[in-house]
Amino acid sequence: MRREGYEHIPSGCAISGIFSRSGEAIGGETIIRSIEPMHDRSNGLGGGFAGYGIYPQYKDYYAFHLFYDDSAAKEACEAYLSRYFETVACGKIPTRRTPSITGEPLIWRYFLAPLPHALSDSQLDEREYVVRRVLHVNANIEGAYVFSSGKNMGVFKAVGFPEDVGRYYRLEEYAGYCWTAHGRYPTNTPGWWGGAHPFALLDCAVVHNGEISSYDANRRFIEMFGYACTLKTDTEAITYILDYLVRKRRLTLEEAAGVIAAPFWQTIEAMPEPRRTRAAYLRKAFPSLLVTGPFSILVGFEGGLMALNDRLKLRSMVVGERGDRVYVASEECAIRAVEPELDRLWSPGGGQSVVVTLDRKGGA
Amino acid sequence: MKRVYVDERWCLGCHLCEYYCAFANSGKSSMIKALKDRHIVPRIRIEERNNISFAVSCRHCTDPLCVKSCISGALSVENGAVLIDSDKCVGCCSCIMACPYGALSHSESGVIQKCELCKKNEFGVPQCVQGCPNKAIVYEER
Amino acid sequence: MAIDFLYPLYEVVRDPQRCICCRACERQCANEVHHYDVDFGCMMSDESKCVACHRCVSLCPTRALKIVKTDHTFKENENWTGKTISEVYRQAGTGGVLLSSMGNPEPYPIYWDKLLINASQVTNPSIDPLREPMETFTTLGAKPQAIERDENGDLVDNMPPQLTLNVPVMFSAMSYGSISYNAHASLARAATALGTYYNTGEGGLHQDFYAYGEHTIVQVASGRFGVHADYLNAGAAVEIKMGQGAKPGIGGHLPGIKVGEDISRTRMIPEGTDAISPAPHHDIYSIEDLRQLVYSIKEATHYKKPVIVKIAAVHNVAAIASGIARSGADIIAIDGFRGGTGAAPTRIRDNVGIPIELALAAVDQRLREEGIRDRVSVVIGGSVRSSSDLVKAIALGADAVYIGTAALLALGCHLCRSCQTGKCNWGIATQRPDLVRRLNPDIGEKRLVNLITSWDHELKEMMGGMGINSIEALRGNRLMLRGVGLTQKELDILGVKHAGE
Repeated sequence: MRREGYEHIPSGCAISGIFSRSGEAIGGETIIRSIEPMHDRSNGLGGGFAGYGIYPQYKDYYAFHLFYDDSAAKEACEAYLSRYFETVACGKIPTRRTPSITGEPLIWRYFLAPLPHALSDSQLDEREYVVRRVLHVNANIEGAYVFSSGKNMGVFKAVGFPEDVGRYYRLEEYAGYCWTAHGRYPTNTPGWWGGAHPFALLDCAVVHNGEISSYDANRRFIEMFGYACTLKTDTEAITYILDYLVRKRRLTLEEAAGVIAAPFWQTIEAMPEPRRTRAAYLRKAFPSLLVTGPFSILVGFEGGLMALNDRLKLRSMVVGERGDRVYVASEECAIRAVEPELDRLWSPGGGQSVVVTLDRKGGA
Repeated sequence: MKRVYVDERWCLGCHLCEYYCAFANSGKSSMIKALKDRHIVPRIRIEERNNISFAVSCRHCTDPLCVKSCISGALSVENGAVLIDSDKCVGCCSCIMACPYGALSHSESGVIQKCELCKKNEFGVPQCVQGCPNKAIVYEER
Repeated sequence: MAIDFLYPLYEVVRDPQRCICCRACERQCANEVHHYDVDFGCMMSDESKCVACHRCVSLCPTRALKIVKTDHTFKENENWTGKTISEVYRQAGTGGVLLSSMGNPEPYPIYWDKLLINASQVTNPSIDPLREPMETFTTLGAKPQAIERDENGDLVDNMPPQLTLNVPVMFSAMSYGSISYNAHASLARAATALGTYYNTGEGGLHQDFYAYGEHTIVQVASGRFGVHADYLNAGAAVEIKMGQGAKPGIGGHLPGIKVGEDISRTRMIPEGTDAISPAPHHDIYSIEDLRQLVYSIKEATHYKKPVIVKIAAVHNVAAIASGIARSGADIIAIDGFRGGTGAAPTRIRDNVGIPIELALAAVDQRLREEGIRDRVSVVIGGSVRSSSDLVKAIALGADAVYIGTAALLALGCHLCRSCQTGKCNWGIATQRPDLVRRLNPDIGEKRLVNLITSWDHELKEMMGGMGINSIEALRGNRLMLRGVGLTQKELDILGVKHAGE
């Protein structure tokens, strides 16, 4: 079989997310306990987590997590990165030997600050500057793969069941205001570490359950704007779409949701003004970014979390609330496992985005 | 009541309505058996001159002059349709003279024939309408 | 001269057992193939005049007629075929350019037939269009290049003018002149009923059809026939015709015999004069000139109407399309080498241009590589024959398709390819009043609506099978296609994988 990244890979999955509105630090073991009961929704070919607010000591630096196939790739990549960034700190990401996790690549972490002169020479804004470096490494440096690149957040993923992956990465040693988790059930791939979820770009990390039928329409559109969908996964495409709409085109998350899971025209027709004009505008302006087929996604970003279902709600997803905590998961059991008593439990409608944000900015 | 109406704008002068009429009222199982090597005597006729053509058949008038003029009581109105009882008809031609549209004619047997909207034959709906290739003849309520 | 004699290509076979001598064939044949022989008391035919249009066959009430290909033959020769030999005889006899009509009939590859469509199994549910919404509504035009907000932060509606299609099929340009008044009436009425558009072609817009303006695309071609301010503003969009798939690189010629009173008024030319469209637009000798015409039209229409630029699919079509996308055009229409025509030199029709499938794939890919695919919509034509061709076109990257030949078939055309004679027995490609009358627009409209409605049903079924419930998610979605029996080069150009990959 060909390695991941050569062809489009559909997969089914489990997702879970926990968010503290007050910015309270939640230990990494909590999210492991949440995803664990959904074991059967994964097949051991990928699991991963994203934590927000986990690097308070380095919160002003881009935290790059990298997989290297070998030391040659590491050398090439570090040489490249050194042309663009100052490395404030770096080291191997601590892991725990776990029998079920095998075939690990070299896993490194860097806290980076853009070199001021290189940044100004590039005439790009800082985030675009960082994105271009990430995309360059992933597309062009053989054997090197950046799988996390945001500030004060990090992605941890591997081939294996998610609970094993979480313990492998010693997540109990991290704490943050938001966690997302993913267990993967790919249908036609041997599984590759980079292909596990979450998929992240800057601080935006996406976990996704589903198979989008619009994949190639979305991919071919988004690749016009400098994104290279090297992994050929739906999640990667969705991440780039969100980055494009929110960061580049400056849509709000709700507006971006109105593009990705646009209401049906008949629903738009029935909307009152000015919602109708706005919804129609978004659909007409970005038709190629409509995502069809079943999906439920969790999008983590700095200070917030968005949950979104496809517009027909072809994948299960429930939201629970308890005090300042918000839980989102493929199945209710994942929420009950960590919070048996809930103030509210509900199932968002198809295409209805649920966005939660910190009560105060930078709460962690 | 539904009647047969013609629209000269769409009449092609193909005369197929005449053949479908003749066949429909022949009692034969195929048009070939009915009309092969025969001079046809249809109840609908194409009138044509100067590139204009249209089909003429009974209009099933609400107050038909033909019925009034019939000396033998052969013509009658049933549910709006003007019908003829060929057993009663004596072939006097009074109706032909009375009809302002020229919609009645002699049949091959000598008695008078006219369009009866295919109500008496096996088809039940006007075959001239079915056979018209350009909807120049329609059967509808107006 | 005996040397000029060509045995008829088709023979009229009449079953004397069945013929009732109703003479419908005789009355309906404008080519005067049939006549009733009083002495023999039977119908006779002169097949040398027959164009195989099937009018007589279709109307014969006893099914006594059929048209068969003759088995008369030259001595077999793969190189000098009977067709080739006959064409030499015809040209030697007349000294003229061979003329043909409708699309290229030669056995070039048809890529639609070498592409297969995907469907969902297990990992992704297919969607039943009878139970769930299935959207085939689409809009054509440039997309906004910047998001603007007002002082309250609300989105400003800066959408450039768009065409809105309930179904991604439009009727392609066919001029009043090349086709009849009743054919135009059928197209205009059907486009209105369907919520799509028909196209005037280069013959202007008959005053009776201004009422259908909201569903009309008005064309500006090199002859500029019938073009005036009211005309430009009467339609929903203006199309600049640079080329036509059936005859890339040359203009058009409507013989004076077809320029009667009505056409003369519509085209704004004297009655009985030949209407000659030059090969190029004489104010467009390069891309910058095109930009000027695009903006002249936008000025004339107050920037309220999308401007379409239509080109023939030629070798460097991708580069040309890129130039057009940057010229201010809102929509690019590409016409493939199988596209129809009312008349074209045979050699050009059969040998110039490239298949639309390859042109579409190349253009769509090129515009994406240049990052300008959302600046224009792409509409293709040139032999879209069915809803599956439509699905494949959209998956390759088209926003919508134009159909011409399929629409004419719906109106009764039997593809006899004799439009240039002006004696169309089906009332389509003719201006003879007695023939035009044969196309009743009530029937024509209904049949066009039926055709597109059935395609729309099929399109929805195929989309649902793929788990796609909106046409925009199919557009450019080439993973939904696989090639069969294609070379790697062809697959690369089409941007699809081979079946089994």
